[in-house]
Amino acid sequence: MATDALTPTKTGPTPRTTTGKVRAHQTQNEGLIFEKSHPGKVGYKLPPLDVPEVDAAALLGDVHRESTGSLPELSEIEIIRHFTRLSTWNYAIDLGMYPLGSCTMKYNPRVNEFVSRIEGLAEAHPFQPQALSQGSLEIVELLQKCLIDITGMDTITLQPAAGAHGEFTGILLVRAYHESKGNARRKILIPDSAHGTNPATAAVCGYQVQNIKSNALGGIDVEELERIVDEDTAALMLTNPSTIGVFESEIHKIADILHAKGALLYMDGANMNALVGKVRPGDFGVDVMHLNLHKTFSTPHGGGGPGSGPVACKAILEPFLPTPVLARKGDSLSWNFDRPQTVGRVRAYYGNYGMFIRALAYIMANGPDGLRQTTEDAVLNANYIRSGLEDLYELPYKTASMHEVVFSDKRQAAKGIRTGDIAKRLIDYGFHPYTVSFPMIVSGALMIEPTESESREELDLFIAAMRSIAQEVEETPELVKNAPHSTRVSRLDEVTAARKPVLRWKPEAK
Amino acid sequence: MRYLPKSDAERVDMLAQIGARSIDDLFEVIPAEYRLKRDLDVPRQMAESEIIDYFKQASTKNAVGYASFLGAGCYRHYRPVIIDSLVQRGEFLTSYTPYQAEITQGTLQAIFEFQTMICELTGMDVANASMYDGSTGAAEAVMMAARITGRSNSVVAATVHPEYREVMTTYAQHQGLPNSVVGYDAETGRVDLKALEAAITDETACVLVQSPNFFGVIEDIPAIAELAHAKGALLVVSIAEAVSLGVVKPPIEADIVSMEAQSFGVAISYGGPFCGVIAAKEKYLRQMPGRLVGQTTDADGYRGYVLTLSTREQHIRREKATSNICTNQALVALMATIFLTVYGKQGVRDLAVQNLAKADFAAKTLSAQNGTKLLFAKSPRFHEFVLQTSEAPSVLNGHLLEKKIIGGLDLAKWYPKLGNATLWCATELNTRLQIETAAEALAAAVAV
Amino acid sequence: MSYPANYHYTKEHEWIDVSGNIGTIGITDYAQNTLGDIVFVELPKVGDPVTGGATFGSVESVKAVSDLYSPVSGTVTAINEELATSPDKVNEDAHHAWMIKVELSDPSQIEKLLDAAAYEAFIAEETGH
Repeated sequence: MATDALTPTKTGPTPRTTTGKVRAHQTQNEGLIFEKSHPGKVGYKLPPLDVPEVDAAALLGDVHRESTGSLPELSEIEIIRHFTRLSTWNYAIDLGMYPLGSCTMKYNPRVNEFVSRIEGLAEAHPFQPQALSQGSLEIVELLQKCLIDITGMDTITLQPAAGAHGEFTGILLVRAYHESKGNARRKILIPDSAHGTNPATAAVCGYQVQNIKSNALGGIDVEELERIVDEDTAALMLTNPSTIGVFESEIHKIADILHAKGALLYMDGANMNALVGKVRPGDFGVDVMHLNLHKTFSTPHGGGGPGSGPVACKAILEPFLPTPVLARKGDSLSWNFDRPQTVGRVRAYYGNYGMFIRALAYIMANGPDGLRQTTEDAVLNANYIRSGLEDLYELPYKTASMHEVVFSDKRQAAKGIRTGDIAKRLIDYGFHPYTVSFPMIVSGALMIEPTESESREELDLFIAAMRSIAQEVEETPELVKNAPHSTRVSRLDEVTAARKPVLRWKPEAK
Repeated sequence: MRYLPKSDAERVDMLAQIGARSIDDLFEVIPAEYRLKRDLDVPRQMAESEIIDYFKQASTKNAVGYASFLGAGCYRHYRPVIIDSLVQRGEFLTSYTPYQAEITQGTLQAIFEFQTMICELTGMDVANASMYDGSTGAAEAVMMAARITGRSNSVVAATVHPEYREVMTTYAQHQGLPNSVVGYDAETGRVDLKALEAAITDETACVLVQSPNFFGVIEDIPAIAELAHAKGALLVVSIAEAVSLGVVKPPIEADIVSMEAQSFGVAISYGGPFCGVIAAKEKYLRQMPGRLVGQTTDADGYRGYVLTLSTREQHIRREKATSNICTNQALVALMATIFLTVYGKQGVRDLAVQNLAKADFAAKTLSAQNGTKLLFAKSPRFHEFVLQTSEAPSVLNGHLLEKKIIGGLDLAKWYPKLGNATLWCATELNTRLQIETAAEALAAAVAV
Repeated sequence: MSYPANYHYTKEHEWIDVSGNIGTIGITDYAQNTLGDIVFVELPKVGDPVTGGATFGSVESVKAVSDLYSPVSGTVTAINEELATSPDKVNEDAHHAWMIKVELSDPSQIEKLLDAAAYEAFIAEETGH
């Protein structure tokens, strides 16, 4: 079975201008694992049974399974080669910069991986006796304490498995709070610049979404807020800095307006990389917020997770925290399940525990000075990029940027080139694209967050690449329009993939 | 600081270049009253060796070198070494969600392979790229059934993992999706079919059962399916022990399967991160939550893979999305994919059969002790079983701990009607010696 | 692009072709062009009620979803099954790729819709030409 299903029609590589960062790369052709499978090949060996054999068919009767279908059969070396080859088709932080806005693609320290695999921690069972879990519990206690101080909150839960899950939990806390006061309220306010998980979460929690417009500075329109907040508003879901990378300078007013009507301020902590060690959301009026350990706290993205989305909050919400909560009695830690007002569980066991270890290791590697310096470098890097590109790319908002900067493709669109095209051309220069077309309040957005993990060299290469592309837009726009030219596959047909979905491999009919 | 690729001189230079006097200029946007003027109260900066020492120290305060008979949703299975060799490659570990398909074909093809294998194992037509875990997967499956049927109730078996049921309740309560719980037959440990039939109405969106259930017993899926479908409700089968699919018939009569794939090469790690997955019949595809990878071709006709049917998801539908899920469990799904490839068609069965054998021996050996009775003895089960004992579980487990054995899970918290009852799991990692030692300790505890 | 003179139009870019008491509904060429390649059309079931100004389904491209708004109130008498397997028909010929047929409960609603000339003027304004 041919590994590449169809014959290519392209005649040759398109000549390109680059910064010298990228050269053509040979990658292996590799089919699907099922296409390399052959009956009788093995990749495993089980130790011999030290108990009597059983007749599975007899034991299970009519729930016995005859065949495991088309699972592959390969040897170990083929498995290693298969996945190693696949890995070489991926871009990754270990290879270069990801300027993705609000994703905080920072270095994933390897010591984090090492410590999370230490036997006593990696093999701990959530139901093993608590007296034999003091190590695991101690780690939870210390991480909680650190995150509480970082956020300026009073208490925290580590149970949610990712940011969106944290948002869900946070809004449940909001609801429980209002219900305890006798009025559940019906609306959640969400800025039009918000990440899609925000309104999706509000809906899952049974709230109506009310959109609030951003002002000319990319922040909340405070007058508008004052007009629309009422006794039916449960909360405002705010991202600060906003998705434009701008700090809400009127955050005090925003908090006051909400609190005056008994509403709460929820903060989406996706952009904490601009704040850690410099300012604390709890100090500027936030009542409840979630964190993304896989953004700010360096746990790896792994191609799409696992993440972890702790929720920190003020004491008024403490009674409602997901159960169980960690409790200390003298020398020993334990889980307290006696929580009559809890919103319930949002996940079995205690959360994505392995990510707690990694996040704590990151905090320890930095210390207070390292965390502060990290935030400062993140903001410095974003502003450095802004100053290097603002003569060529349109800045829709002139307000100061924090850890990310948002441009628009306005000037390039005049030549028929959109942000998505520029992003694809950036790939030829050895970078992952920035965030395209988000936030929605900017038409043709280019959202760039370098993080602190980028050296000046890498930033200069990025700036040079973007400047070169701006020139290409003027002189050779086709090059940009049809990018990328240097990748293993060219632009993929997403339309057919959606019209006629093929979501699994099928063995050929015999 | 060793993660920060800048010298102080470079910082000064860069600030000058952007026209800032100092870094404080860039933080002026923060109102002065809020600027933090002290160090964060976190441990001081540590050397790498100190970090490792801290966690090693912590690990010594956990159970190390104990035999364990705990299951209850988290299963001890051997993890082939190549799993970590491969997932720790930077190109997998530090790669982002594959929105830019041209430069993430590695992740995308691996997910496509994962989706395929899950379909093969579960008997479903389509599978997604992962949910957070089995508990949230079950909750999302119920929401999916509600969307499909337009109905609002669900009927859940009491033999579903208690913490899964708690999560389902949390999710359901604000969406007008009440659930009712149906009990089990005291003899068989399976869902009480008569009670189930009575509980299903025209408002029931789905029946949700777990198989093997929390007691380790395999449910009668065809019978349950018939009852559900007769009233137009969907059947959701939740699977907490994925390895069972090596030797137990897949729930092909189900409409939706929500599975926890932790058993496929994922460390227990005190409860997470794990890997849920939702699989379903083809006709329900558009109501599935979570990411989906599809096969397609590029502009030159080469085969490639992309995230597809994204219009179901939060970043497009926003408040009308099928779920708010964004980041999922991709790297953990990759571990499962590699695990399944290592064991393969034959190995997945051989592994499951070894588990059957160990548990069969354990059940017989332990229940042969005085004051010990095997519950639901005549029902088919996989590798977990319930023992009812004359002595209290705390007493028994105390004796076992002295022998460095962690015994079965005390069920009193969730199933008080079973009296002194414990849930035991024996996998391919439990040795004959451990089982026999446990049996001796049980006997000794009763004799006292 | 010419908009059929015998159709009526809405500001949400649907067209309706009325014959007797039955209205045939689809989306305009302007709409399909703005959406890009259409991958899926979600339609109601035969027998479902529709309300003038309210949504009756949605149309999806790869990266976006748009609600479909009914120009009139009534009951769905037919849906175009072809669109389930060939949503691209909407891109090819939007004015003939009908989506639903509705039995009108209030024929006077037609008078409040735009005619072809008014619709063309409306989209000229929208696009700033």
